[in-house]
Parts: sequence; C-alpha cells; structure tokens
Amino acid sequence: MSRVVYLDYNAGAPARPEVAAAVAEALSEAGNPSSVHGFGRAARHRVEQARSQVAELVEADPASVIFTSGGTEANALALAGCGRGRRIVSAVEHPSVLDAGRAEILPVDGDGVIDPAELDALLAGDCRPAVVSVMLANNETGVIQPVAEVARIAHAHGALVHCDAAQAVGRIPVSLARLGVDFLTLSAHKMGGPSGVGALVMADGGFVLAPILLGGGQERRRRAGTENVLGIVGFGAAARLVRDDLLLGDTIWEQGHMRDRLERLAQQRVPRAVVIGRGVPRLSNTSCLALPGLAGQIQVMALDLAGVAVSAGAACSSGKVAESRVLAAMGLAPEIRGSAIRVSLGWASRPEDVDCFLDAWGELARRKGFEATKMMEKGSIT
Amino acid sequence: MTALGLKPCPKLTRPAGAPVYLDYQATTPCDPRVVDAMLPWFTEKFGNPHSRNHRYGWEAEEAVEKAREQIAALIGADSKEIIFTSGATESNNLALKGVAHFYKEKKNHIITVVTEHKCVLDTCRHLEQEGFSVTYLPVKTNGLIDLAALEAAITDQTAIVSVMAVNNEIGVIQPIAEIGALCHRKGAFFHTDCAQAVGKIPLDVNAMNIDLMSISAHKLYGPKGIGALYVRRRPRVRLVPLITGGGQERGMRSGTLPTPLCVGFGEACAIAKDEMGAEAERLMDLRNRLLGGLRQRLPEIYVNGDLDNRVPGNLNISFAFVEGEGLMMGVKELAVSSGSACTSASLEPSYVLRALGVDVEMAHTSLRFGLGRFTTSEDIDFAIDHIVEAVEHLRAMSPLWDMHLEGVDIKSIEWAEH
Repeated sequence: MSRVVYLDYNAGAPARPEVAAAVAEALSEAGNPSSVHGFGRAARHRVEQARSQVAELVEADPASVIFTSGGTEANALALAGCGRGRRIVSAVEHPSVLDAGRAEILPVDGDGVIDPAELDALLAGDCRPAVVSVMLANNETGVIQPVAEVARIAHAHGALVHCDAAQAVGRIPVSLARLGVDFLTLSAHKMGGPSGVGALVMADGGFVLAPILLGGGQERRRRAGTENVLGIVGFGAAARLVRDDLLLGDTIWEQGHMRDRLERLAQQRVPRAVVIGRGVPRLSNTSCLALPGLAGQIQVMALDLAGVAVSAGAACSSGKVAESRVLAAMGLAPEIRGSAIRVSLGWASRPEDVDCFLDAWGELARRKGFEATKMMEKGSIT
Repeated sequence: MTALGLKPCPKLTRPAGAPVYLDYQATTPCDPRVVDAMLPWFTEKFGNPHSRNHRYGWEAEEAVEKAREQIAALIGADSKEIIFTSGATESNNLALKGVAHFYKEKKNHIITVVTEHKCVLDTCRHLEQEGFSVTYLPVKTNGLIDLAALEAAITDQTAIVSVMAVNNEIGVIQPIAEIGALCHRKGAFFHTDCAQAVGKIPLDVNAMNIDLMSISAHKLYGPKGIGALYVRRRPRVRLVPLITGGGQERGMRSGTLPTPLCVGFGEACAIAKDEMGAEAERLMDLRNRLLGGLRQRLPEIYVNGDLDNRVPGNLNISFAFVEGEGLMMGVKELAVSSGSACTSASLEPSYVLRALGVDVEMAHTSLRFGLGRFTTSEDIDFAIDHIVEAVEHLRAMSPLWDMHLEGVDIKSIEWAEH
C-alpha cells in the first residue's frame, strides 16, 4: 500500500512502538495467569503490573480495575451488572450504551452537551433506583460532557453513575475520584494500545457488581475467562505512555494546534464549511467538519482515493450507511448532519498529514463547485 | 514450506534452569509462526475492521475474514457461522444464555454434564436461578457419559444439550457424533465446548450434528483473549446477545474486533489443520513414553479417565500413598497442575475426578500432564526421573506406604477417634 495519511484515530489508533514491543515480548511467553507454577505466576505478574499502570492513569485503586474484551463489554457489564432497573443515558452515547436496553434519553443541545438541570428534573420526578450513563467525550464530535456535575446530581438522588471514557482517556486527564462516577469504561485501542482489551473501573462504593460472564474466578469473580495477557500488557504500556503525554502536555497541545489549523484553513478555503461543536469544550484531536450540500460518504470515499483516511460518523455501524444519530440528536439540519466527516488525530499525526487532508479536501470542494470565490460571491448576494 | 505454504514447525528452546512446561491444557505458548502473522497487525496495519470508508479498514476486514475462513475450515463450517468472542468462557456463556433466553417461551430445559468446564456449570446454575430446569448428567468411572442416560433425559422441553468434546482435566473424548445425532433426532440443539478439542482431534460440525461450538485460540497455540462461537445457519440457531452495541458479528456480539488476535487465531487454525495428524502421532508416542516410564518404575499409580478415548496430549495420574501438596512441591522443576487452572488456587480436590468416583485422597494426589507441540522426548525423560524421585521420596516418609508394603489393606483400617 502506498503511503496513506491516517486521520481516523477515534476509530482506532495504531499501537505505539513501545506497546508493540511490550506485546511482542509477552507473545513469546507461555503461562496461564491462573496457573500456580512459575509460568503462571510470571503471567500473573505481568497482568497485575498492567493493572497498576491502568489504575494509575485514571487515579484509581488497582483492585478496582476489571479487564474486559473492550469498551463495548465494559459498558454492557456496568449497565447490566449494577442492578439498577431504571436507566438514563444521554442521547449521544455510543450504541453499546444507547442500545443496551430500555433507557430514558437525556437530550443534548445544539452543541451536543446535556443539561444537568434536566437530569435533576428527571431524577426528582421518579424515585426508582436508577443508573445514569453519560460519556466523557463524544466519539464523533469530541464534545466533552459535564460528567462531574452529572455525578453530583445523580448521587444526590441516590442514582449510580457510569461514564464511558473510551474516547477521552489519554486525550484529557481523567480521574475516577475527581469525576466522582461509580463506573468508568476504558478502551485500549483508542489510546494506542491493542484492540480486544478494555476495562471497567469501579469506585469503592460498596455495591456488588453482577458479572455477565460466569465461570472461573478471574478478575475477582467479576469477569470470568482466561485473561488476554498480551492485550493487557499492551494496555498497561499504552496507559503509561499516555500518562506521560498528559503530564508533559506537549503532544496534546501539538494535536490541538494541528486540529485548529486544519479547521481554520478548511474554512478559509471553503467558507461554507461548518465546524460542529466548536463553541464548547471538546477533545483537541477531533474535528467534525460538515460541507453542506456534499454527502459525508462521498467526501470520505473521495478522500480515500486521494490517500487520506477519515470517516463519516463512527466506525461501529458495521457497514451500515446510516445517518449519524449523534448529529441528529443535536438537532442539526439534515443537510449539515448528512455532510459531516470526522477527522481525528493521534500520536503519530504530523502537520504534513493535515496538509495532505487540506489539499485533497480542498480539491474535492473545488471540483464540486464549493470554491471559496464562488461561495463568497453567493455570500455577498445574501 | 509445506503444501499450504506454512513454514515448518519451529522449536522453542527452554532457557537453562527454567522448568519443563507440561501444562498445555491450561494454555499453550503462541506458535512463533502465529506471532509472525500477528505482528504487522499491531503497528503498520492497524485499521479498525469496521471502518468501511478507507483502506486501513478494508485491509483489516479482509484479514479478519480470512481468519474466519481458516477457523471455519478446521471444523467444516461456513465462515459466516463463526462469531468471534473474547474466548471460550464468553462463547459458552453466550451459547447457553443466548439459546435459553431466545427459546424460553417454548422450552425451559437444559442438559449438561457434571464434568463440564466451570463456566458451563456456573452459567447453568445461573439459569436455574432464573427459572430454567437443568439436568446434570453423571459420568461413568472412565469419564464418559452414558448415551442411554442422555436419551432418557431429553424431553420435548429440552432447548439445548451441552456436552464438552474433550475434558480439560482428564482429556477424555465424549462420543460427540452420537450425541449430536441423538439431539437432532429428539429436536434439541447441541452445543459442545471444544476449547480442548479443536486442533487436537478431527471435528466436523455437519457430520457430528453440532449446532453451537465454543473454541478458544490460546489452547491451540494462538493468543489469549480471543475465541469463537460456531452458530449453525441451516437450520438457523438464534441467540439473545450478551453484549450489544455496534452490531458487529451479525448482531450476536458487539465490540471492535481485535484484528491481530483474529489473525493469530486464524493462523493457529491453519497450522493445526495441516499438522494435527502428525502431531497427534508424535504426542501419542511421547505420552506412551511418559506413562510407560512411570509405570515401569512406580507401582500403585492410576490413570484417571479412559485411556483409549482420550486426546494424545493429556495424562492425569493419581499417585497412591503420597501427600498431594508434598507432590506438587516435590515436582517444582515441572510446570504441571493438579487440576484446571481456573480453580487451581483452591485446595479442593478436583470435582471432575470426584465425579469419576475417585476418592478424596486419590484425587488429592493426582497430577495433570499436558503435552504439546514443543514438548520433546528429553522433556519427558526429565519429567519421568523427576517424578519418580519425588514419589519415592514421599513414599519413603509415608507410614501408609510401609503398611501397604506389609500387605495391610489401608481401607480396612478403622482409625481411632480422637
């Protein structure tokens, strides 16, 4: 394959070299972490070391980290296992939360942010034991929710709080204690770790989690199944790396700088382009960019032919070309939400990648008659 | 290179001083050829296989689908019938809960066997709490089920019968083809946990009338953290999913597929398909060497489970007149286990051996030997010497052994109450 510019980090990031090295080392080791002999104990040690690294990233106790097969399973485990019949979830949640069972929907405003007062009213109006699930950062727009406030309100009403932080972890500082949530979902492959592994982190709340996978007593009886040792080792290595990134702050800042430049130049070339969620706090790596009048799918395909990988909406819909539920929930007009693409940057992104995107996207817009000059003429008439 | 383009089986060298690994039923090392196949998918080919809009996604999807075909080919299935999961524990949970919940309006009965893996038994107990009725079939002293007992247990209320193909502790092979035929004649779905069987014995989902099959990658030289559930399409078996969300895996199992793990799993299956026959012969020779060597030098040792209907890579032996924990401590230079890894932290005797009618004392003195792809005849000879030495040492200290040598029947002794 010729060099392709990858700008789809929210779908999945390439494993960082240090992660690949840690995984490769673990690959050559035998041993089931539950076995008593030396091979087993060595595997156990590697798993527990990774558990500490993941716990440290979100400022949690290692014993509160339950390794799962990924963010989707962690979401399913929190919602099914917390024992609360009433669920309240935001309208922009990942499908693994939104479709996990009957739930009341907490709407979002035009920027994609929930209104904590509405949650307060929902909880005050009905005293059944509830669980509230609000994601930290949205996968399509990068918009950040006021999760700490959600937790305060929910707890005041005796509700439990789950937060899907799969897209946020590694991109902004995330602390279980400071968010004040009861359950936090993490995914390794969104932060430069391997796919196939994630975690549910639990606050020390005295509640018992009912497992969804039964069998051996792994993960303190909360998730049966032989541990994905190499996935977990890679997850730990990625956690350590992104923690360093967050402490230093420069890579995060550079990503934000590149993203802002991308949006600024895109709008210079095509003034009609719309940046979704620009007015509210959002992840510094994500840009949700709409070109009203040109379908997102067409933009994505044209960009792919030009060697730039981005996406229209989330990757999870398994090939179904459906309209973005996130953008629909934000009440955006059909011509905007149907014309949006997601550009997401990550650890290996460089300013040249942004240039490639701008060249290809600008050329596409020109071909389709969206050139700046033409639009400006139109603009001057209105 | 072989006909399939596989590299010949490499040798794994054991670092000096490292114990000999004889615990292949707990897990297997990744075959270096599997590792080679996986590595590029971590770094340069890292796309999300569900990204449908760009090449990174497409090449990952292509790799995942190739793996699905390799897995399907090993069990005579169609690749569309393979659902990736996080491992056999999830597959077993999904098969049993999924079928039970989907068909609960019509049927409420499940049949399984007392020697199944813990995750099958735990899931069945959970379903009992939900109101399903579960029959736990006993096994004969050789570890095999009685087909007449199974036939008598199946009713028109039986939704699913779950019988493992190969037991994880004693390696015995259940008569899967006969069970499948029986289930289909009686109108029940047949699920089989084949975590220990796939890649070890020939399996064919159609010839054996299997409706659902659980597979684990790390038991056949693939990576941990991935497995599969075979779900028959004709006639269709339907499931209520455990994990919902993005709708991957035909809606039966959501979540981003881990491309490197899928690729490794597929490669492991391709290697097993090519090498299984020769490997089985080699392992049979090694196992006979181990058993022969021990029997020649140690009296009063007993093989647990049927020796003929058994995978070649397993032996489970009780050493009479030795103390269980002492034996484990005495064979420190071997990585063996006293039961399944999942329950090895507990000191309870194996429920599998108890189900065979092995008494508590004998169950405590049993060791499971798992032989595999990288086991050598030198490993076996080392193991024989090591075990003989340990057992003789422990017996020399045992008053019961002395009494046995004097011809006293230990069982007949009436111990004084204290």
